[in-house]
Amino acid sequence: MVVSFTVNGRSQSVDVSPEMPLLWVLRDVLDIKGPKFGCGISRCGACTVHVNGTARRSCTLEVERVEGAQITTIEGLSPDGTHPLQLIWDELDVAQCGYCQGGQIMAAAALLDEIPNPTDDDIDIAMNGNICRCGTYLRIREAIHQAASATEGASQGTGSASDGGDR
Amino acid sequence: MSRHATGADAAAAGQGAPTDDALQGGMSRRNFLKVTGIAGGGLLLAVGIDPLGNGLLAAERAVDFVPNHFIRLTPDGMVTIMAQNPEIGQGVKTMLPMLIADEFDVDWESVTVEQAAHEPDKYSRQFAGGSNATPTHYMPMRRAGAVGRQLMKDAAAQQWGVDASTLETGSGVVSHPASGRTVTYGELADLAATLPAPDPETVPLKDPSEFRIIGTPRRNVDNPKIVTGQPLFGIDFTLPGMLYAVYEKCPVFNGTVVSANLDAVLAADGVRHAFVVDGVGNTSTLVGGVAIVADTWWQANKAREILEVVWDEGPAAEQSSAGFQARADELSTQTPENMLREDGDVDAAMGAAAATVEAAYSYPFISHAQLEPDNCTAWWHDGVMEMWAPTQTPDSGRRDVANVLGIEEDQITIDLIRCGGGFGRRLYNEWMVETAWIAREVGVPVKLLWTREDDMTHDRYRPGGFHYLKGGVDAAGQLTAWDNHFVSYGSDGRFAGSASLSATEFPSRYVPNFRSGASLMPLLVPTGALRAPGSNALAFVMQGFIDELANAAGADPVQFRLDLLNRTPLPTTGRGGGLDTARMAGVLESVADRAGWSGPSTTPGKGRGVAFHYSHRGYFAEVVDVTVSQSGRLTIDDVWVVGDVGNQIINPLNAVNNVQGGVIEGFSHALGQEITIEGGAVVQQNFNTYPLIRLTEAPRSIDVHFVLTDNAPTGLGEPSLPPAIPALVNAIHDATGKRIRSLPINKHDLSWG
Repeated sequence: MVVSFTVNGRSQSVDVSPEMPLLWVLRDVLDIKGPKFGCGISRCGACTVHVNGTARRSCTLEVERVEGAQITTIEGLSPDGTHPLQLIWDELDVAQCGYCQGGQIMAAAALLDEIPNPTDDDIDIAMNGNICRCGTYLRIREAIHQAASATEGASQGTGSASDGGDR
Repeated sequence: MSRHATGADAAAAGQGAPTDDALQGGMSRRNFLKVTGIAGGGLLLAVGIDPLGNGLLAAERAVDFVPNHFIRLTPDGMVTIMAQNPEIGQGVKTMLPMLIADEFDVDWESVTVEQAAHEPDKYSRQFAGGSNATPTHYMPMRRAGAVGRQLMKDAAAQQWGVDASTLETGSGVVSHPASGRTVTYGELADLAATLPAPDPETVPLKDPSEFRIIGTPRRNVDNPKIVTGQPLFGIDFTLPGMLYAVYEKCPVFNGTVVSANLDAVLAADGVRHAFVVDGVGNTSTLVGGVAIVADTWWQANKAREILEVVWDEGPAAEQSSAGFQARADELSTQTPENMLREDGDVDAAMGAAAATVEAAYSYPFISHAQLEPDNCTAWWHDGVMEMWAPTQTPDSGRRDVANVLGIEEDQITIDLIRCGGGFGRRLYNEWMVETAWIAREVGVPVKLLWTREDDMTHDRYRPGGFHYLKGGVDAAGQLTAWDNHFVSYGSDGRFAGSASLSATEFPSRYVPNFRSGASLMPLLVPTGALRAPGSNALAFVMQGFIDELANAAGADPVQFRLDLLNRTPLPTTGRGGGLDTARMAGVLESVADRAGWSGPSTTPGKGRGVAFHYSHRGYFAEVVDVTVSQSGRLTIDDVWVVGDVGNQIINPLNAVNNVQGGVIEGFSHALGQEITIEGGAVVQQNFNTYPLIRLTEAPRSIDVHFVLTDNAPTGLGEPSLPPAIPALVNAIHDATGKRIRSLPINKHDLSWG
């Protein structure tokens, strides 16, 4: 079955089984590797993409259901890695292994699109579906707050102290 | 994504085995430097460094020693530094090159880092495990950089006709202050390539006060690629014409295939191959199964819905968690089979104690659950097995593939691919062997990818364990007696992998009347190392029970521990021991101070707990604050961590991330992770029944502080994890009066009042 949709601004048509999850269409048919496979049951969030602006778990989303949709993956969040979240993720050195972070950023981007200045409770709700096995949660939370501030032009700070040591 | 990270370099370098000069003399130096020009101009710096930093290698190691290959410098001044170890999220791809770059005396901004392939003739000890990268490579990497800097000085000295000792370096420039002349490293590269090598053992190193990179916060070199979703991980690697594979194994460990409906599977959409693999009956290399190879991974995995396999389950089918628990309780009533250590007279001391506590502690099997499921890509062609492997141990992966396939190790090439988490899972490479086997069968490039279910049910688990403890305190509130019967897994007097207890596990040697014994239960479930192996469970038991004894003594939990550390230890027996109690007391006092420790909580539902643990050469003490609602809902509020890993934190930005990650992982283990066995198979399949900690459960703050002591730097990958668990459990007790002696916590009702 031929399914057509847009990914990161480019039109795509694929001839695949209609029940093939969008994640695998993106990764193995279109060679778009940003969305990752972690569980296959939409429990970990590594596969998070935007479908018509909404964060969705692509590992359980059958491709026939995105006929005509606008899909954005982490590769398409910005043309050059300059989305405020991408910049702050680098500046705060959020990632350890990095495997979950594309999904984290996509979930966070959807949150900020909806709630430009989220509270901790807002962050809890939006981000709780994204597992980080390496445990970078404190920096994820801090990064979202700072990205929100950067966008707003204000200055805030929360989160953990860090220290290079003393004698 | 390139096929060969260093193929061109390998060709240009012409590196080979050590020269006869280097091999002569059993105790002579093995470190040497070979300088080679590269095509197109520039310098290739191959530095042979004894990774143990001794400067001397025994004769029996001489044949293993080979040159390393770290710095590539081109005439235009581009500096590429090779990162030699597997990167699993612990940050070595950034950290090890920092060491080289600082001593080489170039700006970090001018450096490009490249991942080295597994090339044992160039690099030594390319593995990720044991928090070993820092202690193993701190000095050798610095020497590699320092040799480069000396070579630059020597080249400029020759060019200017001055003495090298009159020259200075900085930011990739050599200068002659007396004349004001300067020259860039790039301009010197071709000349440097012709010069004899400085001796790594005598080349001057920077004083730490001169560090410009080491000790400064540096971002993960792959951040730009991570945040834009570039293909970095094993699962992302592709080759033209590549097929995708799944491998169906018996749910019961080491079961074998009797028959399978291959014809039906071959008819499924996109499937190109389906075949039985007999395996070699070894869960750490290759067990039997059915391989399905298709045009896309989803099609291969979908075909498993049609696949029907008749299995010969084998003897593991008799084993279960319920069975282990029952057997452990039975063994606990008997004398331990093996006595690990005895001091004083435990029975008399218990009898004389002012108060005694008896407790049974236990913890379950847990699965590594690294977020990227195991996978590998391989291509068998022209008698070569090319492999792209997200592995922690390429040495043993290469060996395993060679042994099982019956090929030579040098018929295998291994590119080290970034791991979406390791945590010890990728120390074991059976998924590499599976991939190689399938690749040889199909003759085209193939990627094998496990599902989460495959990964969770075919792990090498952190083993569960059972401790039957009794302790006694005297009228002065001091710990006088300790008795532990540890029921673990193993046979013939030998513990199963990562299931052991050392005779000197604290508080051994610090209690005058002490008894520790072990009994073993046979186990056919594969076990292995998981982040802070042994310690990740034992700290919960030891620091939890110590807390119980502090409570029984009416003592402050910090002071009770300091009193223990202040004792003169009994002699150590055999291997192990050597806890530096001054360092441990140092971090314990520091964390108590930073947390504002003032004893138990006076607010019901609010609690504070403390614990310490020594593992992987690191000393860590932690305080955890929790809130528990009356209905039993737990919130982890704030955490303070103090660690002592010697005199230098190399990359403070990553160090804090790593330590916080270890703490959060400890909480994850403790809160909800449990693998159970029924009929020799794992029950939990995915994150719906094996929950990992999420953002909402993480503490709001984790304050990390490093105490610097006059010791060589050691690693941070693991030592922050173990004490997090007992600190949490102790805090829960402080808040609710409920003592948790079995993990995970979510099995317990924490309601109070």
